[in-house]
Amino acid sequence: MGRVRIIPVLLLNKGGLYKTIQFQKPQYIGDPINAVKIFNEKEADELILLDYSASKEKRPIDFKKIAEIAGEAFMPMAYGGGIRNFEDAQRVFDAGYEKIVLNSILFDDLSLIDQIAAVYGAQAVVGSLDVKKNIWGKPQVFAASGSRKTGYDPLDWCKKLEENGVGEIMLNSIDQDGTWEGYDIKLIATLTQAVNVPLIACGGAGRFDDFRAAIGAGASAVAAGSMFVYQKKGMGVLISFPREALMRD
Amino acid sequence: MIAIVNYGLGNLTSILNMCKHLGVDAVITSDYEVLHSARLLILPGVGHFKKGMDNLIKTGLKEVLDTVVLQDKKPILGICLGAQLMTIHSEEGDVGGLQWVPARTVRFDTEKMNGLKVPHMGWSDIQVQDQNPLWQGLPKDPRFYHVHTYHFVFEEPNQVSATAKYGYEFACAFQHENIYGVQFHPEKSHKYGMKVLQNFFEL
Repeated sequence: MGRVRIIPVLLLNKGGLYKTIQFQKPQYIGDPINAVKIFNEKEADELILLDYSASKEKRPIDFKKIAEIAGEAFMPMAYGGGIRNFEDAQRVFDAGYEKIVLNSILFDDLSLIDQIAAVYGAQAVVGSLDVKKNIWGKPQVFAASGSRKTGYDPLDWCKKLEENGVGEIMLNSIDQDGTWEGYDIKLIATLTQAVNVPLIACGGAGRFDDFRAAIGAGASAVAAGSMFVYQKKGMGVLISFPREALMRD
Repeated sequence: MIAIVNYGLGNLTSILNMCKHLGVDAVITSDYEVLHSARLLILPGVGHFKKGMDNLIKTGLKEVLDTVVLQDKKPILGICLGAQLMTIHSEEGDVGGLQWVPARTVRFDTEKMNGLKVPHMGWSDIQVQDQNPLWQGLPKDPRFYHVHTYHFVFEEPNQVSATAKYGYEFACAFQHENIYGVQFHPEKSHKYGMKVLQNFFEL
């Protein structure tokens, strides 16, 4: 029996931590260093730090800040947001991150995956996609924090990510984000049946049963934001990582 | 005082912060005098073996470390690339290392790995040798975070102080006199990593 990987996702914006609802209404959570210290205490397996507006606002990566955050972490870290080329990725690894998360840039340059994987290994490259349903309920892939429609169907895009050599796929459901209503189980099942690389499900987790449902549908790991930064739905900030999060499958 | 040797590869802040967390006086340094006056040293590093050796030679740190480690016999802990650099030679870049320990650094043999991919990246349980001071107070199979494409191979198996399995069993830690090395990242391995560092500091 292996451990189920449960990964807190921290959203960074101009040095602070925020949490969104359906990729909108960012609410200030607090200082990222403080959050990382709490996850150290709680022994989270790994953390994902995403600068969610870097690509959208075409801002450069704040290497100083992200190095400071990684320096506080006693666990492996992944970073995503605003990575445009190999040099950016290299600087992120040098800043103390074990994995990088690529999203918006891949719609311009899929070859970046292989450039990075050739040096750091495929396991160090996470291909992330943001999915929102249209008014007929058909899932579509968006770039730049949900602000740009790409024209891709999630299944086709995941296959492209796999063909181009990502080590993992991170699926973010824009519709479920911050809702506490559970993951998009149907989409997780569809995607994991068609691709072989591990899939990290993200968006919608509100309780531990949601993790089990995502794993049951084929996800290899589960990520969550709200559950680990709020006390409860609609309540105040409380950064936590309960013991149950160290569950076994 | 503990000196964390800075030769320009990787973010060393996690190690420094773990030292602080343990209440230990540590500095990130490439200052010769500090290295001479330190009680214990840590040789960390993430990156390419050849680049690591080039940096150690170019900065003059190799000479200083040779004196401090081989003559003064100060305990030193190599972490990841830092530990690999202590070996005779690496297949990564096909270059000689510091040659402090009778081992070589080789690439994972993917033919023996049933399709597992390199790098080996993730949490792995390790099997420790009870008598080694680094493992005091740890359970039999503690887990540690690994990220590596190369691993050490020892001529004398009795210098291997722990093994891990990824496709096949490999040496993930060693001790040769005052020289200690770990392939995994104690600074990214929570309480077990902290315990290993604490044990090293108590040498």
